[in-house]
Amino acid sequence: MIETFREQVRAAVASGTTLRVRGGGTKDWYGQSFEGEILDTREHTGIVDYEPTELVITARCGTPLAEIEAVLAEQNQMLAFEPPHFGSVTTPYATFGGAIAAGLSGPRRANSGALRDFVLGAELLDGQGELLRFGGQVMKNVAGYDVSRLLAGSLGTLGLITQASVKVLPRPFAETTLRFEMNEIDAIRKLNEWGGQPLPLSASCWHAGVLALRLSGAQAAVDAAVRALGGQVMPDCAAFWASLREQRHAFFAGDMPLWRLSLPSTTGAVVLKGEQLIEWGGAQRWLRAGSDACEAIRATAKAAGGHATLFRGGDKRVGVFQPLAPAVARIHERLKASFDPAHIFNPGRMV
Amino acid sequence: MSAPLQAPLVAPPERREQVAAALRARLPERAVLHDPEDTRPYECDGLAAYRQLPMIVTLPSSEAEVLAILAVCRELQVPIVPRGAGTGLSGGALPIHDGVVVSTARLNRIVKVDAHARTAIVQPGVRNLAISEAAAQYGLYYAPDPSSQIACTIGGNVAENSGGVHCLKYGLTVHNVLRVRVATIDGDVIELGGEALDAPGLDLLAVFIGSEGMLGIVLEVTVKLVPKPAAAQVIMASFDDVVTGGNAVASVIAAGIIPAGLEMMDRTSSRMVEPFVRAGYDTDAAAILLCEADGTPLEVAEEIERMTAVLQAAGASAIAVSQSEAERMRFWSGRKNAFPAAGRISPDYYCMDGTIPRKNLAQVLTGIEGMETTFGLRCANVFHAGDGNLHPLILFDANKPGEFERAEAFGAAILALCVEVGGTITGEHGVGMEKINSMCVQFGRLELDAFFAVKRAFDAPMLLNPDKAIPTPHRCAEFGKMRVSGGVLPFPDLPRF
Repeated sequence: MIETFREQVRAAVASGTTLRVRGGGTKDWYGQSFEGEILDTREHTGIVDYEPTELVITARCGTPLAEIEAVLAEQNQMLAFEPPHFGSVTTPYATFGGAIAAGLSGPRRANSGALRDFVLGAELLDGQGELLRFGGQVMKNVAGYDVSRLLAGSLGTLGLITQASVKVLPRPFAETTLRFEMNEIDAIRKLNEWGGQPLPLSASCWHAGVLALRLSGAQAAVDAAVRALGGQVMPDCAAFWASLREQRHAFFAGDMPLWRLSLPSTTGAVVLKGEQLIEWGGAQRWLRAGSDACEAIRATAKAAGGHATLFRGGDKRVGVFQPLAPAVARIHERLKASFDPAHIFNPGRMV
Repeated sequence: MSAPLQAPLVAPPERREQVAAALRARLPERAVLHDPEDTRPYECDGLAAYRQLPMIVTLPSSEAEVLAILAVCRELQVPIVPRGAGTGLSGGALPIHDGVVVSTARLNRIVKVDAHARTAIVQPGVRNLAISEAAAQYGLYYAPDPSSQIACTIGGNVAENSGGVHCLKYGLTVHNVLRVRVATIDGDVIELGGEALDAPGLDLLAVFIGSEGMLGIVLEVTVKLVPKPAAAQVIMASFDDVVTGGNAVASVIAAGIIPAGLEMMDRTSSRMVEPFVRAGYDTDAAAILLCEADGTPLEVAEEIERMTAVLQAAGASAIAVSQSEAERMRFWSGRKNAFPAAGRISPDYYCMDGTIPRKNLAQVLTGIEGMETTFGLRCANVFHAGDGNLHPLILFDANKPGEFERAEAFGAAILALCVEVGGTITGEHGVGMEKINSMCVQFGRLELDAFFAVKRAFDAPMLLNPDKAIPTPHRCAEFGKMRVSGGVLPFPDLPRF
């Protein structure tokens, strides 16, 4: 498969055309623009290496994410960053490579870390059709710059990630979700207070006056936390957290554009028009608001020390991502120019 | 470790005067040192075998002064070596004879500890342990704990992506730093990451952490603070052979446990430290394993019970559980003092830092044992077993002719073996000057070129810590010539000069 990819890359360079790197296509809508001839990764599949006791899995980019999760589950392990799949009727499954390139993390992110925190190594087919190997399959590795983590979330703009190795974790022994009726201000305050205590927190969600709090860990730790925190134990919580991760929760329904505000967790209630849902202990705020509110949203996020993304829907002409500082943008341009000198990979999707 | 003396390189006096005058015009008198008497303390870092007197040392105490130094160096094309506490073990802060050292010693202010947000904003010269000390009153601490944490600085930790004995559970520097404020060689001040959990664009923060001072000068760092566990206990388990010990580590992980610390020492190491610290180690055991649980008291009790059962089933010949905080500290003291103990029993020692997939531990340890004979030197092994990071300590005497060179060759052979079994030449100490040749073993020309491209994206004039960490094709070619074995020339694709 690598040879096929390489030919496609070299042909694109030769003919001056562009490529859009695409796995399952579940996140086609994400990013600034997504154009060019499709470079389909779905044929390049397979788990290359998985040693449960090493806590590392290596797989090719086209491997279905669900297959990886199933293989891990057999060994009672998991991808602790809980990547969203975002499958739909027309694009039923997400790929591993797509998840790495998108760099998105789910409900556990604030407590266990982001996708990039778990990436240990990656292979990249660059803009000249050369296959480069960065990082490896070990957890501690400071030889050379950490290019594999740079590729996480790069939206395919630096090249085709053909294969990646990620750290995996054991599933928690026990898991419980508590429900509290609470207003937004109290919820933000409580989440930050609890965050400073040795509690086995693993996810949080506030929406419409209800705070859901997931606890994961040793049975003793979860039991003690339930006693200390109060609240009501929520039934069927696995389905709830999955609906949140996959944005099937009622909050995400409808056509109103969806904004993602990434803010310091202690930021108070955000005063912007539109319905909100809070995750990650206060650090991720979802907002349903028109793209015409862009200026106010960006200004609010920036003033709070964060940034805003027009995550789904709306008019992308307002800019999907918060603009970069000029000096940072220059570094982006130089990196893009060195990994992909002909600018064939996903031009304009991010850089 | 010390090495035979070589003829020192010295910058021409007129060049030194030119650069010093330009710096003095923009900095306070006391911030510029150029008398060899004053610059001598900066001639090496923790890897004392490599020494070089710098042309000039600067001690900026503000962001404006850092920018002024960068402007002068950019204008006069002077290479810069950033330096924290100088505790690094790979020669990353080794000065350049016609270069300027930028010490962060006076950028040592804790700007803010925000207990509610669980973050601290600190200048680069703040010591690692000082952050935890400042956060202690809130029940919080900064998790990465390299063994030099009493002295090493956060700026140095960012440069090296430092770990520690608890990183299996709590992560490395890259997992615990939210934001760095950086001065670039172009004179820009940029922010990478942020107070939120992510930032727009490419993850430049991830690539900056561990970049060994080659991409920019750190001006300020925001670190994550985490709640201090209410309790901790450690198990000390003995094993009759290292393979059983290694398998026991795998069994703990397979049982779904991520211990707060998981360390292994071989018999040479435990016998080396025991007379020194009296940790109570089983010096008859071929290997001892330290296995820590932390959390709430109930959680710790549950995990200790589970780990004890797993270790017993895995063939531990003896098991002791710390019954008090004093005893826990005593069990750890031996491990934490392994390096000083090596210095006590041997005139010199050379600390290596490879990481391997843990399943290959037996193969690597057997290989190292064989090398002891080949190179005629002893080697003690301490092992961050949870994450596969091996620290072989090669014992030698630099005063005996040829021993230093044999120790270096022994070290390089260990690293080559680590790469061969799917590992890496450095887990946490960095490449620096020390392992630059071994980079040619681990990476091909394409990857090394990509690293240079990353460097140029941040530092086009190539003035920040040049000639460290990433070898040029020329260097690899030269190194390749030295390593020709069995008639096969490594790196046949390299241009040769």
